[in-house]
Amino acid sequence: MADTLPIKVTYCGVCTLPPEYCEFGGTTKKCEEWLADKHPDMHQKLYSQEALAQNLSSLSVEAQKRAEKDAVKKANKAATAEKREAETRASSKIIIKRIERNKRKYVTAVSGLEAFGLDIKKVSKDFGKKFATGASVTKLPGGGEEITVQGDLSEDIEEFLVKTYKEVPEDNIELVEDKKKTKGEKAAANVPAQ
Amino acid sequence: MFKKDISAGAKSKVKSSAQRAIRSKVLEEYPKLEPYIEDILPKKEQLDLVKLPDRVSLYTLNSTPLFFQHMDDALLPHLTLVHKYPTAFHRLRIDRGAIRFVLSGAALMAPGMTSPGGRLPSKDLSPEDQERYGTEDLEAGTVVVIEAEGKETACMVGVLKMGTGEMREKKKGQACEAGHYLGDGLWSMAL
Ligand SMILES: [Zn+2]
Repeated sequence: MADTLPIKVTYCGVCTLPPEYCEFGGTTKKCEEWLADKHPDMHQKLYSQEALAQNLSSLSVEAQKRAEKDAVKKANKAATAEKREAETRASSKIIIKRIERNKRKYVTAVSGLEAFGLDIKKVSKDFGKKFATGASVTKLPGGGEEITVQGDLSEDIEEFLVKTYKEVPEDNIELVEDKKKTKGEKAAANVPAQ
Repeated sequence: MFKKDISAGAKSKVKSSAQRAIRSKVLEEYPKLEPYIEDILPKKEQLDLVKLPDRVSLYTLNSTPLFFQHMDDALLPHLTLVHKYPTAFHRLRIDRGAIRFVLSGAALMAPGMTSPGGRLPSKDLSPEDQERYGTEDLEAGTVVVIEAEGKETACMVGVLKMGTGEMREKKKGQACEAGHYLGDGLWSMAL
């Protein structure tokens, strides 16, 4: 063993621990799926019937019960967190707003991306590359960040978002228009367009 | 030591004189790393010091964490380094039941190692275990790597609070100062 150092250790792509320790985290099920997919040989070794039985046999009955309860608690906690995240995602909207700067000159502002776990800076860079235009990130006063792109690109951006980031459902994107409005129009614009 | 999530503080370059001092300190504490020291701490490459909360310094090479140190205490290896060179460190083993306590940041207690599933250095061990865990007792203050029953890789690094001989005798009390364990703030920290 001493002459084969350093050892190359595989780490779990889900919980980051060595896969033999995944059983103590709250994401065991996901960890197992990941291992089965990426390292089937390791998966077979760690999750075989014998391995599972041996894990249990080395614990006292009382300790087993405690471990089970603990595992259930952890799994529940992880599931609740995941559900909450999915819910925020489902109810979140990405707003693509066309803003008229001067006559016939537009910029497009995209906000709400953070709810979908996207890295705003990276998306902004992607926009710049894709549309060969200036894209910048600004902080919004109400929290969150907004990407501003030069030009009227609302529909192109919508298409690009749906195509490039599979975590963004099309239904959660809304296109809006921000013209220089009169008071009456402003009130009307507050009614969501279908 | 890193029960809470931490974020890396200021990063600075380590002067070459300090880098040499670290290298010799590492070799003094872990002589078995000698054959690999040029891979771990290459003379020609720039070592960085990252400040962590509570006066802990972390030494990194190209964003790979190597050793950390509280004030001027012993240099402790990061667990990823332990996983690469497990045989270079003093090792003890906890029983399976103690794993979940260690991974939740609880203090490591002696019974976790004096039970049938645990291992302390001893002449009574099987030849295979003697090879792995040694035969000579370790004193309080020694840096140890904690392995676990049924597992290949280590789950914790710490400093002994009690000698292993005393642990075997008393079979109770805190065995190790709070250290670095799998999944803790140091493990999860983005560099
Ligand atoms: Zn895992």
